[in-house]
Amino acid sequence: MEFETVIGLEVHVQLSTRSKMFCGCSADYAGASPNTHVCPVCLGLPGVLPTINEEAVRYTVMTALALNCSILEETKFDRKNYFYPDLMKGYQISQYDAPIGKKGRLEIGPAEAKKRVAITRVHLEEDVAKLLHRDGYSLVDVNRSGVPLMEIVSEPDIRSPEEARDYLVKLRSILQYLGVSTANMEEGSFRCDANISIRPVGSSELMGKVEVKNMNSFRAVYRALSYEEERQRKAFISGEKIAQETRGWLEEGITVLQRSKEYAHDYRYFPEPDLPPLALSAEYINGVRKSLPELPEARQKRFITDYGLSPYDSMVLTTDKAMADYFESCIDLDKSKPVPEYAKEVANWLLGEFSHNLASAEINIDNSPVAPDKLCRLISLIDEGKITMAVAKDVLAEMFSSGGDPYDIVQARGLLQISNSAELEEVIKEVLANNPQAVSDYQQGKPQAIKFLVGQVMKRTKGRANPNLAADLLSKKLEVK
Amino acid sequence: MALSKEEVSRIAELARLKLDDGEVEKFTTQLSYILEQFQILQEVDTTDIPPTAQATPIKNVLRKDEVKPSLSVEEVLANAPDREGDFLRINTVLG
Repeated sequence: MEFETVIGLEVHVQLSTRSKMFCGCSADYAGASPNTHVCPVCLGLPGVLPTINEEAVRYTVMTALALNCSILEETKFDRKNYFYPDLMKGYQISQYDAPIGKKGRLEIGPAEAKKRVAITRVHLEEDVAKLLHRDGYSLVDVNRSGVPLMEIVSEPDIRSPEEARDYLVKLRSILQYLGVSTANMEEGSFRCDANISIRPVGSSELMGKVEVKNMNSFRAVYRALSYEEERQRKAFISGEKIAQETRGWLEEGITVLQRSKEYAHDYRYFPEPDLPPLALSAEYINGVRKSLPELPEARQKRFITDYGLSPYDSMVLTTDKAMADYFESCIDLDKSKPVPEYAKEVANWLLGEFSHNLASAEINIDNSPVAPDKLCRLISLIDEGKITMAVAKDVLAEMFSSGGDPYDIVQARGLLQISNSAELEEVIKEVLANNPQAVSDYQQGKPQAIKFLVGQVMKRTKGRANPNLAADLLSKKLEVK
Repeated sequence: MALSKEEVSRIAELARLKLDDGEVEKFTTQLSYILEQFQILQEVDTTDIPPTAQATPIKNVLRKDEVKPSLSVEEVLANAPDREGDFLRINTVLG
């Protein structure tokens, strides 16, 4: 029997406001000593009055608009009641039946095969305190409690772990372009829970829906959902009932039962009496709409038309805002060069060796030790014929480790390209003398043997020989022989 | 409408309140009285009145995104039943 997988995602995003959602405590708690960003509002002491942070509302409206949601004219906050010590008040201020944004969409996949995932809602709430579990007791740090948290819920339109990953990458990209969140999964400013079930293809009936939590990276989401769809398929085939439950992902590669959902939580939602409702005027919403920055899709299109890049290169470059900014800095630094060729060259470096160096050093492009002007100078050295591609790769690696200037490195290590025939002749003479087999192969009608000989010349010159010149000189010598 | 002592004990448990027998007795009387008052309110005809959580027509009370000073750790932990360093210490909870 063929199955299809049905996935809906719930994403929680911490907003990058300066202060918390309902009070003036600093929202920047990373690295802060415990319980130092806490006030009577955070603690829910009697008599306090929370007040809505206007910037958090604006960020949420921006996000809802970027996700093509309709914005409710009148929105409000509600209390979600539950007993768990991550809440000081005994309730979380959230939004229940009047979220800021509703009914949006997000498109994923390549331009030629776009897939639309419907967005159910975008709402605003507050983050909760952090618990540290010790042996026999727990510790509470209230700093995180009250940090603005935006929740984005998708419809169950996602059909595979790959699509789930694409959705998250796209969503994170949009949030970073909007500048509303750092949207960093490892640091917890971007968190994802997934609902996943399977059903026989063609059937609209849903089996037990499983909620998967505790996935701390895009890779973890992908692995957890792949594991879960297979677990459910096996359970279905062996005639087991797939229970509706919450499961947690463990890094060793499995999901485990956290709690069964037989007893649905009753959160006893009711309107927050301390917060008057929000009426968002059409004027306000239009103002926010006009203030939206260029979003990844628009930038991708612009990269294709302005720089002549391929749709694929444009997509990869623009998904990461910092990468796209870096790329445009490079282009702006050297306006004298012909655009499509130079753009392609910069793109190739960024997507190839440059990304490779970032990945092996495990650093983000924001913290790259190689600034755009240095990469530009490296590219110029190649364009001017001063160094070969092979040498340039080594130089880039050294720029990453030492932060040095490419020209200084080339000078210091004597890496300038040998484009001087006389200098190369010597090397070629030796190479021919040491490789009689290749020479006779060539002379017996195997022209590809010259590639091996060029390789030998490159090896002896440590990559500094101009390969075209070497090939020319070699073939001349061989014809004469 | 009178509440039973069992109901009051259950409500206290849900609200994480520890009541002794005397208090259960006292609150059973008081809560029953409150319920009776609401019983009277229930008699008002509200058919054409939309439900509301707000007693005033005020809307859009917002504040600027500005950081204000927080409490000192000592003030934050002043009401905590137990602490360890600068953390609140509580009984084990299961995630």
